[in-house]
Amino acid sequence: MPDDRELQSTAASGRLLSDQVPGLAAVDELVVSRQSETLDSDDILVRRPLGFLFWLALGWVGLIVLLAVIANLLPLPNPNFQNYNAINVAPSIHHLLGTDDLGRDLLSRVIYGSRVSLIVGFISVAIGLVVGGSLGLVSGYKGGGLDNALNAGSFVLLAFPAIVAVIAIVAFWGSSLLKITIILGVATIPLLYRVVRASSLSFANRDFVIAARTLGATSTRIVFREILPNVVPVAVTFGLITVAGVIVIEGSLAFLGLSVPPPTASWGNIIAEGTANGNLSTNPYIMLWPVLSMFLLLLSINLIGDRLRQRFDIREGLL
Amino acid sequence: MARYLLRRFLQLVVVTFIISVLIFLLVHLLPGNPADVILGSSDTPHNRAILDAQLGLNKPLIQQYGTWLTALFHGNFGQSYLNHESVTHIIATGYPIDLELIVISQVIAFAVAIPLALVTSRRPNRAVDNVATTATFGMLALPPFVIAPIMVAVFAVGLHWFPATGYVPLTQNPGTNLHDMILPSLAITAGSIAVYYRLFRSDLISTLQEDFVTMARSKGLSPRWIMWRHAFRPSSFSLLAAAGVNIGALIAGTFIVEYLFAINGLGFELVTAVQQRDYLVVQGITLVVAVAYVVLQFIIDFIFTIVDPRVTRE
Repeated sequence: MPDDRELQSTAASGRLLSDQVPGLAAVDELVVSRQSETLDSDDILVRRPLGFLFWLALGWVGLIVLLAVIANLLPLPNPNFQNYNAINVAPSIHHLLGTDDLGRDLLSRVIYGSRVSLIVGFISVAIGLVVGGSLGLVSGYKGGGLDNALNAGSFVLLAFPAIVAVIAIVAFWGSSLLKITIILGVATIPLLYRVVRASSLSFANRDFVIAARTLGATSTRIVFREILPNVVPVAVTFGLITVAGVIVIEGSLAFLGLSVPPPTASWGNIIAEGTANGNLSTNPYIMLWPVLSMFLLLLSINLIGDRLRQRFDIREGLL
Repeated sequence: MARYLLRRFLQLVVVTFIISVLIFLLVHLLPGNPADVILGSSDTPHNRAILDAQLGLNKPLIQQYGTWLTALFHGNFGQSYLNHESVTHIIATGYPIDLELIVISQVIAFAVAIPLALVTSRRPNRAVDNVATTATFGMLALPPFVIAPIMVAVFAVGLHWFPATGYVPLTQNPGTNLHDMILPSLAITAGSIAVYYRLFRSDLISTLQEDFVTMARSKGLSPRWIMWRHAFRPSSFSLLAAAGVNIGALIAGTFIVEYLFAINGLGFELVTAVQQRDYLVVQGITLVVAVAYVVLQFIIDFIFTIVDPRVTRE
């Protein structure tokens, strides 16, 4: 007979809908089970360890971020330098990951390319968290007309398929790194708004909030000192999952040639180059390295998000 | 139930209206004017004034929106600036391909995810379950633009089982068409399988802990009967909801595989139009895809009211 608690937590970790389609997921109600269910004292005292894989995943993300930051200091050739004496070279000591069909060093391109994914992924979610998060925090606590209006607005925006909206805006506005980051940042606002709002709503009438209000605390103080600290774990966890989603959307755009324009390397456009001009048969390495890096990065972010969700005991419900 | 559906329908109308306004404004407010593209180097004030009058760009914005909307209701989406093909024609020839890709991939996804979840949820945390759960967790990190090139490299370039690009239209030769569509469809299936499997499995596991299942067990009903007649339906609600939400990811997926395999569905046409700044084509396809998405959500909600009538209660 499997232990009940184990089953509950696997059930919770199985709900991974938003991992797949974070930009679009209709994550409507968050249930922070700490308040909705009575847990036996064991659960509060003994936390499940985060596990070896969690630290491995965190290490991988950390390594990618570190390499992206210090790329200029590394002994790498210019990612756009075309060495015609070294075209389609297999991995060797001179070119650790080989070169592409224009003689550009693939290790250098993959490392510089990671900058686009990371900047777009993390900064746009930061925009979404700051804007959507603060709106959600206030509208969840205050309720009323503002809450109704924002709530309806977020529904309308989420009814729009994100990828189509993003492609249309890119078509008319352009696709520099800054613009892509802003567009995707704005795209995450309604989603993160809903997540934070639901969480804020669930704390709005808890005893400690009522106590603070009775003691005469101002709304500002209650929102920032009582509610915000409780919402942060949920916001960070979902924010992280959204980062993975945004990286996927940026990668898709780049693959379609609609993200940061060439010659700037990004994982998506290196993959596209690797599949074009018969490169798949002559030099599959061009496609292989960014594909592997992207897979491992997404896997790591999903894993970290999943473990954090277990740790904070966050459940998401649909509709 | 009628009231619930009516309310959802009104929402559908409102959302569709807002979408049409947003897409209209997109062309008219963002920098990058269609007239710039048409005129190119012959951009003199005189030519521009003539063209603006021709396209109706000199009229007030609201009037332009009205004209545009009236034309839409007559099925007139305008024409491509480049080859003067009507946008309606591009959409009419493109959409069956997207539909075919999505239908094939969803049939495969459900055919894999549902039986797998039925098997593993009966004995969670055993070997089979752990393998399936780990594998699907990995598949969540395989968006189409990552998995598709690998599949082409292995199955088309390496093993020559499928063509690497192109396809034969369904009307020409259904057999060959299906064969050509397998690889593109599979490339957008991985994510769906993972989402559906994980969701359905976790819902089955919690349903199997419900009192009515214990009751059925104590009556001595067979595990198979319990699974199909007691646990299946109450566990399938979030699966259905997930299928609705997943449509957005599938649309993105079809864009990727159409581009990679050079299949001229809506995604391929949209991306090409964006690259060539063919504004009316972008506008038309964006509108059709967005509206189709919203309508599909509505249909799924409708199916929901049949499968789970509780949703219609407040």
